[in-house]
Amino acid sequence: MLDASSQAGSSRSGPLLSAISISKRYGDFLANDCIDLDLFSSEIHALLGENGAGKSTLVKVMYGLIQPSGGELRWMRQKVVLAGPSEARLLGIAMVFQHFSLFENLTVAENVALGLPPTESFAAISARLEETARVYGLPLEPKREVWRLSVGERQRIEIVRALMQNPKLLILDEPTAVLTPQEADQLFLVLDRLKSEGRALLYISHKLEEVKRLCDTATILRGGKKVATCDPRQETAASLARMMVGADIGEVKAMSGRSVSVPRLVIYKLSLEPDDPHGTHLEEVSLEVRGGEIVGIAGVSGNGQGELFSALSGERLSPAEGAIVIDGQAAGLLGVTERRRMGAAFVPEERLGHGTAPRMKLSENALLTGHAASGMVKKGFIDKPATLTAVDRTTKSFDVRKAKRDPEAVSLSGGNLQKFIVGREILREPGVLVVSQPTWGVDAGAAATIRQALIDLAARGTAVLVVSQDLDELAEIADRIAVMFHGRLSEPLDAAEATRERLGLLMGGANPAKPAGPQEAKHAVGA
Amino acid sequence: MQLVLEKRPERSTFIAVASPLIAIVLTLVTMAILFAIMGKNPIAALIVYFIDPLTDAYSLQEIAVKATPLVMIAVGLSLCYIANIWNIGAEGQFIAGAVCGSWLAVHTNGTDAGFWVLPVMLLLGAIGGALYALIPAICRVYFGASEILTSLMLVYVADLGMDYLVRGPWRDPKGLNFPTTAEFDPVATVPTLIEGGRLHAGAIITLIVVMLATVLLGRMIMGFEIRLVGAAPRAARFSGFNADRLVLFTFAISGALAGLAGIIEVAGPVGHLQPNISPGYGFTAIIVAFLGRLNPVGILIAGLFLALTFIGGEEAQISMKVPLDLTKVFQGILLFYVLACDSLIIYRIRLLRTIRKPVPAHA
Repeated sequence: MLDASSQAGSSRSGPLLSAISISKRYGDFLANDCIDLDLFSSEIHALLGENGAGKSTLVKVMYGLIQPSGGELRWMRQKVVLAGPSEARLLGIAMVFQHFSLFENLTVAENVALGLPPTESFAAISARLEETARVYGLPLEPKREVWRLSVGERQRIEIVRALMQNPKLLILDEPTAVLTPQEADQLFLVLDRLKSEGRALLYISHKLEEVKRLCDTATILRGGKKVATCDPRQETAASLARMMVGADIGEVKAMSGRSVSVPRLVIYKLSLEPDDPHGTHLEEVSLEVRGGEIVGIAGVSGNGQGELFSALSGERLSPAEGAIVIDGQAAGLLGVTERRRMGAAFVPEERLGHGTAPRMKLSENALLTGHAASGMVKKGFIDKPATLTAVDRTTKSFDVRKAKRDPEAVSLSGGNLQKFIVGREILREPGVLVVSQPTWGVDAGAAATIRQALIDLAARGTAVLVVSQDLDELAEIADRIAVMFHGRLSEPLDAAEATRERLGLLMGGANPAKPAGPQEAKHAVGA
Repeated sequence: MQLVLEKRPERSTFIAVASPLIAIVLTLVTMAILFAIMGKNPIAALIVYFIDPLTDAYSLQEIAVKATPLVMIAVGLSLCYIANIWNIGAEGQFIAGAVCGSWLAVHTNGTDAGFWVLPVMLLLGAIGGALYALIPAICRVYFGASEILTSLMLVYVADLGMDYLVRGPWRDPKGLNFPTTAEFDPVATVPTLIEGGRLHAGAIITLIVVMLATVLLGRMIMGFEIRLVGAAPRAARFSGFNADRLVLFTFAISGALAGLAGIIEVAGPVGHLQPNISPGYGFTAIIVAFLGRLNPVGILIAGLFLALTFIGGEEAQISMKVPLDLTKVFQGILLFYVLACDSLIIYRIRLLRTIRKPVPAHA
């Protein structure tokens, strides 16, 4: 079944897929500006760039999801027009998306069958699924329902589904964003093997170390244009970053000698049933965050971080009053507004639809969290000038770039909107700040601004709790790091002792104090 | 060739304004075709429908009289719809208000009780409508029942309940067995604004309601809450607003306004309680709310336009012998087009030439 190598030929015979001068225009905005790219068989090609650099647009053109405004694609030197993904798949192009398209209530095999043409019997598909999974060392149980699976396992389904089409070119969109370091290592083994079979791989990422380690060629995009094509192994992470950003990134400066005061946020034996059937049950989560320190919560997403955030913000109430204590006052049974009035502030993970109402103006989005305690509402009436002033202050302090004074939230780029949301909360000078994925999908410049702002806020005496999947981020800003796994929170480690390996083991469910448990045994099978 | 709906990068403000107008034009074209099929001259029919009522003072007053309940109900409904809460039962709340207010009129009939009767009747009407509207709201909040179905079904309960009252306990003993209450006393009647005319004080109350709703939606935190719950429910929860409380609140307000419209209609133009006090105001108000873009001032304009179709329909029935039900057909087509045109705000239509297989052309 693995006949890709025999057909595709070696890289000497010319590129498998060439993008020639691809442009894509959305109104006045040029998402891709005359980009050239050649993909060869037996090669892992990295596509690097900040958010908004045009990576996704380019890949969608190559997968037939959108039509380019200019330029053409050539498949084995012949011009092709891809009217849709099905035509791309016919040629032998497969794609693994960053956001999975799986039906939670169906089994692994059913999900795979849904993505394949209906010419094959379900039994045949199940058999082929097991075979492919076994050959590539991607353990999957075909009969298991998807909602029982971890994010890493879900990604395996997507990869196996793509491999079952026996693609000549496999496109992966930020595949390690959701994985533990150990899971990522397993994935790299699979990718190396696919390369050795003669397939071409296009690997989209902004993790530089990973690209240096894995990829043969890297194409760097910035502002919709191709900046460079290089061999990432010959570059340093810093030189790659410079090409991506176009300037040196300012180092985040930790304020040394921060004075840590009393606990300002206390979580005490918080247990909570999930409110949706596929959620995670929080079990006796306890943590203290003192004024002046930043505590990080690491973990693969879906291990209860979302549930913990809604319990902390008050979107969901705790079973006991004392499960959450803000500045010495029991807050477990109080709602969001009351908690804000106690000096707490919250930044959720989702920018659009949770942190902001996308179609509302920034001034209205300032009111969204400011109505409780910022003097924006007087006797039931909105003080419109006060909301605009809040927008202006945030814009100035956090360098939020926008086309006009008060645009709709959705019109801002991800990084600028995140700066607005974080700034909106920080300018209220909260005593407690809980922030989830503060720099998720944000460009490097904005990420540095946000991290610096969090450090400065802690230096002013605020207790800051950061939930993040990005270990580098936590290493950079957190004083202590705890790990969330299956709804339980580990004891926090001092940042100095929290090595990637220790955190990675905790994120995979292993308790470093105990001998290897069944979780690790499972990983051993996979590797 | 292939027609596709393509998402616009931004909402089109032009279409947002033009959409109701496009819908009206499409409706007029469809109506002209219908008239032609019925063997009538389409141009003459449309003139009777839409131009003639605007040319004499009686019809103009009559348009305002019809627009009064439509606008008042639609303003209340718009508060629900903005928050993605679906009160379809305004017709029932209209009747419930009419019945509750009429209770006082019937029981003070002939006693010359005093000037307080009408204000209390209006208050009772509003309370009755609000309480009736709270039934589906409570069912949704506490039992998860779809408010669309329950509010709609309660329309028929209210209708039959009123029918029972006017045929039974409240029937006018001197009414020759007609199913109607006695004519309300002057103190229980909404005063007219023009001597000998039909335009009544309810029109002024409606204008006040429009103004209050504009202030509520544009300037008050409650209006922000309503808009936020509709636009982004998760953000609304994060904002600290309680969606359940809002269901109860918007249902109560829209029920109160429908009930108020009901008692004003009964104590005003009708003058007594009887079956068929409404030619479907509560349902037509749904069209008015959407045609007016869920905006109080837009609703005022849309209400006047829909009232015109009622009057025009009556005139067309008399002068051209077309069935009165054509008015309902007209209103239904209009709602259909309004909703269809609304999708153009977010999407645009594009014609794609069909692209066959990836064409392997030699470069």
